[in-house]
Amino acid sequence: METITLRVLPCGDTALLVESSGLDDVLALHAALDVDRPDGVVDLVPAARTLLLRFDPDRTDAAAVERAVRETRPSEVTRSGGELVEIPVVYDGPDLADVAHHTGLSERDVITEHTGYEWTVAFGGFAPGFGYLAGGSPRLEVPRRAESRTRVPTGSVALAGTFSGVYPRSSPGGWQLIGRTDLVTWDVDRDPPALLRPGVRVRFVEATTSADSDGPASTGGAA
Amino acid sequence: MTGLEVLAPGPLATVQDLGRPGHAGIGVGVSGAADRGSLWLANRLVGNDEDAAGVEVTFGGFAARARSPVTIAVTGAPCPVTVAGRGAAPDSVLRVPAGADLRLGAPSRGLRSYVAVRGGLTVPAVLGSRSADLLSGLGPQLLREGDVLPVGPAPARFPVVDGAPGRPIAGDEVTLRVVPGPRDDWFTARALETLLSEPYAVTSECDRVGARLDGPELSRAGVGELPSEGMVSGALQVPPSGKPTLFLADHPVTGGYPVIAVVVAADVDDAAQLRPGARVQFAPARASARPGATSSGRSS
Repeated sequence: METITLRVLPCGDTALLVESSGLDDVLALHAALDVDRPDGVVDLVPAARTLLLRFDPDRTDAAAVERAVRETRPSEVTRSGGELVEIPVVYDGPDLADVAHHTGLSERDVITEHTGYEWTVAFGGFAPGFGYLAGGSPRLEVPRRAESRTRVPTGSVALAGTFSGVYPRSSPGGWQLIGRTDLVTWDVDRDPPALLRPGVRVRFVEATTSADSDGPASTGGAA
Repeated sequence: MTGLEVLAPGPLATVQDLGRPGHAGIGVGVSGAADRGSLWLANRLVGNDEDAAGVEVTFGGFAARARSPVTIAVTGAPCPVTVAGRGAAPDSVLRVPAGADLRLGAPSRGLRSYVAVRGGLTVPAVLGSRSADLLSGLGPQLLREGDVLPVGPAPARFPVVDGAPGRPIAGDEVTLRVVPGPRDDWFTARALETLLSEPYAVTSECDRVGARLDGPELSRAGVGELPSEGMVSGALQVPPSGKPTLFLADHPVTGGYPVIAVVVAADVDDAAQLRPGARVQFAPARASARPGATSSGRSS
């Protein structure tokens, strides 16, 4: 028997913020509510410790949404049941040496650790198509860079905190860049547009050379 | 050839509809008209579906030429409107002959005016919406001189009234109702009292993402970092400076600073009409059942 402690906090009059003790609980709750969405809930926003539920006040109210959340049985399938995406990575990122230094690992060991675990998309939020990947190697915990880069190239594979991520488009960013992938993780003309949606499992695979060194082209790799 | 040719966008003009809800999990915000009620009214006046796309004009200055006869309505921040050089009424159904110009002057109150065109603007949709999200870059670009905005086929429904009074757009003294939380417990008790009693001024840092406010600092009760969490329109997020930012349509999907209170949904449209220099008074929303904070045991 497992008990999840939830705090349900008001977030204006058309949303509730549900706080749990950690990421695993959020993932489980999100997975369950995403499959069986309470009436009138129009958006679910998972994050590291919270799940925001936005609702349509013409169709439901805060009390009904709170009741639905508290009656939900958190899903147990999050760690194994989600779609699996393989991401081919060329590990030649500009921060690979720094990450090795921070973690006390060799660069080779960093690659082994990064490819040796199955990650899970926990939540998004930084930019369209960016997924915070959790559940990877505990040895790869690193701080963000002291200075953000004004431009991180599309497809950069990065680490920060206990998370990994893939920059879906070129953008500013402060994560440690360890490699790059040609896999297109974000395409508004594709359905679904984001490859890395909450609940999707990810395995990084070392690629010796990128399929097209001039830029992202390949869409292969999705399982 | 049908369409509306942009002669001048003014300080900022974008295409907006009611946005793209439901994609927050992949980092896509709702976006859409900052003052949804005003776009809704403009669409209703010209007989459009409520989710048709129109132009959101920021502080007037917008001018466009009809390439074919179009039926339009201008709502939101009240501004001088001319059609073919003659004065025309806001919040009413206007016919613009082919080749004639529509011009909007600077609003006397408020910030954002809306132009709906019968048939709707049919620029390409992205993830089901034609809204320009200026934070994420999704959707159409900012409007520029020379752009031609395609207009869709007229809906079967005809305009049923010649005009309808819009919601009164407040001047430079506005009261917005808020619900405390979700992170009011990150602040001193005095901070919430201050927020609910002292006026705040809208600074020049005021766009579709949000409005930075100036006023008494809202002090935190302790130190610590909040893991990023989901944000909503109307949220008053307080960075370490202690000066709140009021989030609007293009707010980030998640944010890492605590939200002391959230403007009620019915007042967010008014918040979107605040312009630099306006003074805001926050008032507690009528008390409603506050969700509990108890633990819930369950077996799994």
